[in-house]
Amino acid sequence: MLWYTLRRVAYVLPILFGVSIVCFSFVHLAPGDPTSAVMPEFASPELIAQIKRVYGFDQPLPVQYFRWLGAVLSGDLGVSIISARPVWGELRPAILNTAQLAIAAVAISLLSGISLGVLAAYTRRRATDRAITTTAILGVSVPHYWVGMVLVAIFAVTLGLLPAMGMAPPDKSGFGLNDLRFMILPALALSMIPTAIIARSVRATVMDVRKQEFVQTLYANGLGRRRIFLHVVKNAAPSVLAIMGLQIAQLLGGSILVETVFAWPGTGYLLNNAIATRDLPLLQGTILVLAFFFVMMNFLVDLVQPFLDTRIKRQ
Amino acid sequence: MSSSTANSTQAQIEIVRRPARIQLTYWQGVGRRLRRDPIPMVCGGILVLIIAAAIFAPWIAPMDPYKTSLLQRLQPIGSPGHLLGTDELGRDMLSRLIYGGRVSLLMGLLPITIATLVGSSVGIVAGFLGGKTNMVIMRIIDVFFAFPSVLLAVGLAGALGAGPVNCLICLALVFTPPITRVAESATTQIRNQDFVEAARATGASAPSIIVGHVMTNVSSLILTYASSLISVAIVLSSGLSFLGLGIAPPTADWGLMLNTLRQSIFIAPVNAVLPGVMILITSVCFNLLSDGLRTAMDVKP
Repeated sequence: MLWYTLRRVAYVLPILFGVSIVCFSFVHLAPGDPTSAVMPEFASPELIAQIKRVYGFDQPLPVQYFRWLGAVLSGDLGVSIISARPVWGELRPAILNTAQLAIAAVAISLLSGISLGVLAAYTRRRATDRAITTTAILGVSVPHYWVGMVLVAIFAVTLGLLPAMGMAPPDKSGFGLNDLRFMILPALALSMIPTAIIARSVRATVMDVRKQEFVQTLYANGLGRRRIFLHVVKNAAPSVLAIMGLQIAQLLGGSILVETVFAWPGTGYLLNNAIATRDLPLLQGTILVLAFFFVMMNFLVDLVQPFLDTRIKRQ
Repeated sequence: MSSSTANSTQAQIEIVRRPARIQLTYWQGVGRRLRRDPIPMVCGGILVLIIAAAIFAPWIAPMDPYKTSLLQRLQPIGSPGHLLGTDELGRDMLSRLIYGGRVSLLMGLLPITIATLVGSSVGIVAGFLGGKTNMVIMRIIDVFFAFPSVLLAVGLAGALGAGPVNCLICLALVFTPPITRVAESATTQIRNQDFVEAARATGASAPSIIVGHVMTNVSSLILTYASSLISVAIVLSSGLSFLGLGIAPPTADWGLMLNTLRQSIFIAPVNAVLPGVMILITSVCFNLLSDGLRTAMDVKP
């Protein structure tokens, strides 16, 4: 087991290194100079040189990269060009807000995705299954930011039931009903795609497992339906888990668009502002942190999987 | 003995009576199976209509999609002269939706075409050569898998700056790694099979084996996979336009229309969500068509 863990770590480290290179290059991909966004229109060459020196842009690229990497590893993501505040200071509250939204969306998509998938697998080729698979296809193809707009149009504008955008103003009572009301619509929009994909894969896996011989043996042995269902779940869990992990991680990316629709002050909203103002260090830091979470999420899934599926351990 | 003679004469009579059955090529078989499947055919029909409308937009669109009218802003659906109403600047929605297909469809199809060409050649070469070359290429590809696809697209587009060409580049970059991975794993499975070994033994060069044996065997898998990405590309490129990273206003584009109409959602909610319906229809149709193609080609994912 330790050997397996070490091998996964050895696999993740070069990927993280590659991610850091890609994120670093974001700043230098941009046409012109990284500082040109804030440079006064008629800046003198001396001023330009001075600003470049302050940000370290006058050094050769490899030097800049390792300097940047060293700073990142010690927790310093640089300084926002627009606000002149540390990137991490801007990022921290945004991450917490995104996490709230993501957790709600994950809860919704796990609950509905798994139950719809199992239901579809057990009503194979009947009306219920057809309805669920069709909905799943719709859910995969639908632009989720548009779903967000439709939800706003229905529940906020037409029915006036829920707030259209933003977060509940902070109060002392902690997380309450009002926070939840603001969260429902964005979380629903965000959970759309993962729900559909999880439902689809749960259906396919459960159907596959039910076709295997050991299930027939269990039936022949006279086991009750409920006990057999437990066996099916146990066998379907590992591969479903892998897909769920990936989908939950993809939520982080999807939240950019949904947060923009709902003006939810999370990482996506921050990223959008960074793009609009061409604040490249902020863009770079946000993407680096999100990609780091994404890699770690996949890493965790890889680590947990052998505990659920003993077949992987033996290989 | 006699019965077998009788059988063979009977068989001969059969042959004489019926014209010899035409042997279908693989692609003819795929085409025939596809034609008999109603769902992909209907979806294909809808897509042909949408694409034709986009191509022939100047002749089909009832009005000029850029003509604004301050007096007729946000007219509801079915108002006189404007079948689908007007947008926030009083431009005819139907005409804009027809014109919008031009950019939106192109932004879905072109990046996938580029990504398929690049990704499959890199993947096939990596898979065929194997060894260290394969490892280096696939580790680089793995780095791109470390980003959620939307994040990578937004990050790249954000860094490169807005604009249709940049949008195209970053979408192609986002979709190349998954296609490369599919091509590589398919090629790795093929390269150790006996017929490739036999071709090598007869002295065929690597390029001729790749073209003659590997590509013919992996192309259907790559093609079905790439076709399943088209709908993702359309949704993603509309998403980039929605964030203002795609094409610039006032050009009609479904994603951009959603973006500009968003401010009007409290006044005219139906108009505001209308462009999304077009994205949804196109994306669903491409998805179902790709599913049908996979069934007809008998590709196992």
